[in-house]
Amino acid sequence: MTALLKPSPLNADPAGPTPAAPAPAAAAPLISAESVTKRFADGPAVLDGVTLAIRRGERVALLGANGAGKSTLLRALVGLIPITGGAVEILGQRFTRQPTARQRATLRRRLGFVFQFHGLVGRTSALSNVVNGAMGQGHGWRSWHQSLAPAALRDAALEALEAVGLADRATARADTLSGGQSQRVAIARAIVHGPDLLFADEPAASLDPAAGLDIMRLFTRLAADQARTLVYTTHDMRHALEHADRIVALKAGRVVFDAAATDLSERDLEPIYRG
Amino acid sequence: MADTTSSRPPTSGPAASRPGARDIARWPRLTPLRFTLLVAAGAVLLASIGDVAPSADRLIGAVPRMGSLLERMLPPETDPAFLGRMGLRLVETLQIALVGTLFGILLSFPLAWLSAAGLSPLGRLRWLARGTVSLFRTVPDLVWALFFVSAVGLGAIAGTLTIIVDTAGFCGRFFAEAMEDSDKRPREALEAVGARKLDILASAVVPQCMPSFVNTSLFALELSVRSSVVLGIVGAGGIGQELKSAFELFQYPKASAIILAIFVIVLVMEQLTDWLRRRLG
Repeated sequence: MTALLKPSPLNADPAGPTPAAPAPAAAAPLISAESVTKRFADGPAVLDGVTLAIRRGERVALLGANGAGKSTLLRALVGLIPITGGAVEILGQRFTRQPTARQRATLRRRLGFVFQFHGLVGRTSALSNVVNGAMGQGHGWRSWHQSLAPAALRDAALEALEAVGLADRATARADTLSGGQSQRVAIARAIVHGPDLLFADEPAASLDPAAGLDIMRLFTRLAADQARTLVYTTHDMRHALEHADRIVALKAGRVVFDAAATDLSERDLEPIYRG
Repeated sequence: MADTTSSRPPTSGPAASRPGARDIARWPRLTPLRFTLLVAAGAVLLASIGDVAPSADRLIGAVPRMGSLLERMLPPETDPAFLGRMGLRLVETLQIALVGTLFGILLSFPLAWLSAAGLSPLGRLRWLARGTVSLFRTVPDLVWALFFVSAVGLGAIAGTLTIIVDTAGFCGRFFAEAMEDSDKRPREALEAVGARKLDILASAVVPQCMPSFVNTSLFALELSVRSSVVLGIVGAGGIGQELKSAFELFQYPKASAIILAIFVIVLVMEQLTDWLRRRLG
């Protein structure tokens, strides 16, 4: 863990400093969404004018029922899906429809993303999966498999596995791991390059309550230790209330409230699940 | 949370109360057009049977001739000089099959990637790769053999080129299907960390598809061994050339020895690929 606090060699941008990403002012938001709208084909708006600003170091839970638009918002913020209207600015990169290839490369170098179903490659080792997490860092084919990786990358991957408590399973095939262990490997893959920002889409939804709680605690610890900004979606009120600084509630693609977690109780949150 | 069930849209009506009713409603109906097409297809089939299927008279008349041919084929030729020459031709046949399959697999891999939906770096132009694979697959191997014999001359090289194209057509299609069917979640996860299409192929797609690739490649090897046996008939090298000569010169004991050798080779190859499939599966 302590080693991860040091600047990772993987953080070094092979293309040198990115001129398009100047250091933001202390008070400027790290992520901002301005009237973001998203429609799939001719269907109704999945996101309907979402405006949001997230500052450095915040832990933000996007809360809502199934279909509220939280996963779509998370993907739209990082440019994984194109938006239909509005604008997003993240890590100094502003885009309307979707980020350009250069913006996308800059973003991928500085953020980590964890999916609900972890998305590990089952037939390769946990270590190889974590090494794959550095693919956006300019290692080329050497990030395809742990056996090809340079020593610094392999060390960083082992360190990331240690940070999630799975260093002893580094050589285990990913399809032999439990759901909770798989999600930990996915988290290690997301942090191997030392990102400023960590996104997670329903990270605990596919796990049993105990494993889900462990994963949420791990996220909170990793975010706090590294002063990372953490944005995650959840439909579990307790995961939002206990692990986030701030809760943004969505309903039918709109932000229905945005408040500090300490100011809210389960009773305040219940209306967002009502039809 | 407790009232989520009550907020669901009502699911009433006959389709909801009888499971499967909706499926039955989707069954195709016998419309006049479909009936006409069915009758037309039946007529074409009956006409074809009348034109090319062997009649009972022809079959009964052929039995004595088949018996006579088999009698002349036995016992198989055991002359050491002939067996030595046949052995060399068999080795050449296996070489054509092995080398052709190897290069065919190597060629089919990029073709499969370029033609796979959702993975191809060619985008909408992936039909170019898909069309090439279709061309390789749909033209029969003997036609390719005739083409290559005309292009590079008689012999094993024409046979090897034929097997390369045949294998690329076969594996290209099945490799592409395996790639398209691979789990999309690891691909999305790697895309989120900035992976390029080649990275995703190497790290997420190939490891997932490896069992399918191995299976398909072993089937391709079996098919290549069978194909390489007959390619000699059109002059593309291998044991087929000896077989053709034996029949043309009425050397039936030699023909039966060659047929027996082919049977053994194909059988051994099937056993070997089955064993490899079990080992690697």
